[in-house]
Amino acid sequence: MSDNYEVVIGLEVHVELKTASKLFCGCANLFGQDPNTHTCPVCLGMPGALPVLNRDAVALATRAALALSCTVHSFSKFDRKQYFYPDLPKAYQISQYDQPLATHGQVTIRTEAGPRAIGIERIHLEEDAGKLNHIGQRLGDATGSLVDLNRAGVPLIEIVSQPEMHSPEEARLYLTELRTVLSYLDISDLRMEEGSMRCDANVSLRPLSYTGSLADLPRVEIKNVNSFRNVQRGIEHEIIRQRELLEQGIRIVKETRGFDDAAGTTYSQRSKEAANDYRYFPEPDLPPLVLDAVWLEDQKNQMPSLPEELRHQLAAEGVLPRDVDVLVQDRALYGFWRQTVAIYPDVKLVTNWLLSDYSRHMNAKGLSFDNPGVSAPHLAELLALIEDGTLSGKMAKEVLESMFATGESPQVVVKRLGLSQITDHEAIRLIVSQIVEANPAVVADFLGGKEKALAFLVGQVMKATKGQAKPDLVNALLREVIASHV
Amino acid sequence: MAGLDWDAVEMARRVQSGEVSALELVDASLERIAAVDSNIGAFLYVDDVGARQSARRLDSELTRDQKKSLPLAGVPVAIKDNLVTRQMPTTAASKMLQGFMSPYDATVVERLLAAGAIPVGKVNLDEFAMGSSTEHSAYQVTRNPWDISRVPGGSSGGSAAAVAAGMVPLALGSDTGGSIRTPASYCGVFGMKPTYGRVSRYGLIAFASSLDQVGPFSRTVRDAALLLHVISGRDPHDATSVDVSSTAPTVVVADPTQMRIGLPEEYFGDGIDPNVRTQVDAALETLKGLGATLVPISLPHTRYAIATYYLIANAEASSNLSRYDGVRYGFRETAPDLIQMYSRTRSQGFGDEVQRRILLGTHALSAGYYDAYYLKAQKVRTLIRRDFDQAFESVDLIVTPTVPDLPFKFGERALDPLQMYLTDIFTVTTNLAGLPGLSQPIGLADGLPVGLQWIAPALEEERILGMASALEAVLPVPSWPMQGGLSR
Repeated sequence: MSDNYEVVIGLEVHVELKTASKLFCGCANLFGQDPNTHTCPVCLGMPGALPVLNRDAVALATRAALALSCTVHSFSKFDRKQYFYPDLPKAYQISQYDQPLATHGQVTIRTEAGPRAIGIERIHLEEDAGKLNHIGQRLGDATGSLVDLNRAGVPLIEIVSQPEMHSPEEARLYLTELRTVLSYLDISDLRMEEGSMRCDANVSLRPLSYTGSLADLPRVEIKNVNSFRNVQRGIEHEIIRQRELLEQGIRIVKETRGFDDAAGTTYSQRSKEAANDYRYFPEPDLPPLVLDAVWLEDQKNQMPSLPEELRHQLAAEGVLPRDVDVLVQDRALYGFWRQTVAIYPDVKLVTNWLLSDYSRHMNAKGLSFDNPGVSAPHLAELLALIEDGTLSGKMAKEVLESMFATGESPQVVVKRLGLSQITDHEAIRLIVSQIVEANPAVVADFLGGKEKALAFLVGQVMKATKGQAKPDLVNALLREVIASHV
Repeated sequence: MAGLDWDAVEMARRVQSGEVSALELVDASLERIAAVDSNIGAFLYVDDVGARQSARRLDSELTRDQKKSLPLAGVPVAIKDNLVTRQMPTTAASKMLQGFMSPYDATVVERLLAAGAIPVGKVNLDEFAMGSSTEHSAYQVTRNPWDISRVPGGSSGGSAAAVAAGMVPLALGSDTGGSIRTPASYCGVFGMKPTYGRVSRYGLIAFASSLDQVGPFSRTVRDAALLLHVISGRDPHDATSVDVSSTAPTVVVADPTQMRIGLPEEYFGDGIDPNVRTQVDAALETLKGLGATLVPISLPHTRYAIATYYLIANAEASSNLSRYDGVRYGFRETAPDLIQMYSRTRSQGFGDEVQRRILLGTHALSAGYYDAYYLKAQKVRTLIRRDFDQAFESVDLIVTPTVPDLPFKFGERALDPLQMYLTDIFTVTTNLAGLPGLSQPIGLADGLPVGLQWIAPALEEERILGMASALEAVLPVPSWPMQGGLSR
């Protein structure tokens, strides 16, 4: 980045909580249903309806706060954030304003320069809005809009970072680590493409000579970006755009901008110069949220192992540093790895197979570790067949491919394909003797000091056994037989 | 008309014993409504067919199951039209909700039905319960049965008038700053605002959420107690409902000699109509005669109550009424774009008084004004609450006039909102403090009813009812207006 400016990035991440019902009513919290089939007087904002807080949502939000090292407040309250829009049935969103559930957390990102903690300012609970489906190509020329309120009232947490990231790469690392941590809590689907995880990025450029408050720097909010990659691209573009303006002496306008995926650029949505007045005030329909100390202690005790702890654990178990990150980043992969290692404890072999051939086949079939196609016990069984010499590495790869194709166990595949290394010493010794007999000249070369000649003989034996002999055994027997001939 | 002279306790007893059928009572109620309501205008909607059907169903159930016991068996009731009902339209007396059918019943309505009561119709109010005279209904005015040139009070004017004119023995109302007690006083009936949280607000169209309570109208203390018993108690649909059991179904008459009754000086100063003052003084003498100890007390922050009340109530109202945006239900004015649709719908769907309050409330919550208005009002609210806490350290109950004056004539205050707001001067404090209050009819002055307000500590409704009952027993049996048809 330019020498004259420091990039300042803060991220606001919304995460939909995976509760059975919505935040303030009993409607099912489900994605992808027919429009308006999961609604009731409460989430439709009918006259007289009142919200009642879902305890499970509080538990999931608390878990997130604890995992992100936040201070969880035993007293917090709900407020109304008011604005008119057709996807907001009550014309206010029940959120938490000045006394959020949790504050002062952090996410540790691992940069090339080493680990760095990015502060989390706050985490609060709020309800989601519904969805508008515009009839037409774009909002501007839509002939109408259809309102679907299935999502209205779905529980969200908003995780607000401190403005402590200084490059698009750091923003990506923050998001990746945040998602990894949250994935171990089982509180959300965390799917950017389905909107269960959403990110808004605040970007400003601080002139190095500027010593005022960060809050007073004009910042641009990039909204509605649908992938981590695009968050990064949006920020990259925004830095270039702002720097060009600043260098031309043009003031940056505080505004909200969208991201155009195709062009890779941001575009102005609305100016925030005349700041939206949301007229927040305490939600009179809900008593303050008071967390019981014993309950909170219970939540702490029920926390699962988190990525940072797992990374140390895996390193101690002998997993290579670069593999550690890959394994931990995908919770399902980690679970699968753990399951396989429990049956077949060769950490290195399991890791190698899992991250190479296994992943390749799985990805090719469009599967994921949540439902990978070949089970951990089957993979462990396959690895055991390599160890006991039944299969060569090359044969095992073939078996694995077939396992992905048919779903059969390795034993079944081995039997069906007639694969298995000949480990019977006498059977191989016989073939070895025949090859030695048939190739006196090569044997003489070998005895004359030409080590390479042996490789030719090994190849001949393998050919004769159709590759089912174990190469090191063939090697050893050849030396033995030749020695006995002399 | 047979049966309508009985109170609800008596009606239910006779229906239960088979002396009279629910249908006979409902018929009597509907006939009375048909006979007098064209002059009163209490009802916005009368459900003849539904009420008769329900009555017949109840009669056959009671015949089939002799053991079935329902506290309000066959009692015709009127429901303020800001409580949502599935069987009848709910308008809040606003054009905004003309013809609106709710997909659900308010919790209090469910409880009424479960107790065997028969709703005969929905009654008038000031639009969205904003007003003290029921003149601000988008549909009709309601007249005071004692003098049809005068207002019945508000906002639950329809409920009070329907009970006073003998159309129904019971009605439900709602009280945000006096909307039950003021019309109860003006119409000479009992009207109670329970402790905040005592009765579920689920299905009550919100005006000011932290102040609203649903409560009973009746012509006897025991009826008020019975209806309160039926509608009170914890509701899982209302997070602000208090987790205590319902009030008792019957009244335990209090022993006045054990009662210390506080008379706050701020409620007995200037500005009280001499006629009201005379009646209230007479009631106080009666209480003294019963052996009660009357104690002068002070509630020093009373003078800030009206300002505090209107800041909080309007702020909450501005938010609560935002949902009437023309998108999902109710009135919608067409427009070329969304913003204009909102603006036209709300400008034409809401009446002037409602718009005035939305504007005031929006202003009070605006950035830069919030601290000076809303936050400050909340602080004063705490002080007002503390006044009562301190007073109740030395007294068991407090009495005041319910309203400083007698029912006024139509139009007298409608053009001066500030004058109208002062009608609530003695009633808003209990809403701000969340306390129970009852207006008890104590007699007539110049042919117009006067009410006495009882205030108790939180959740002590039964103490109020016990003392009101003791007083009721010694006051002359009231005559009811319009016995022969029309007064004046």
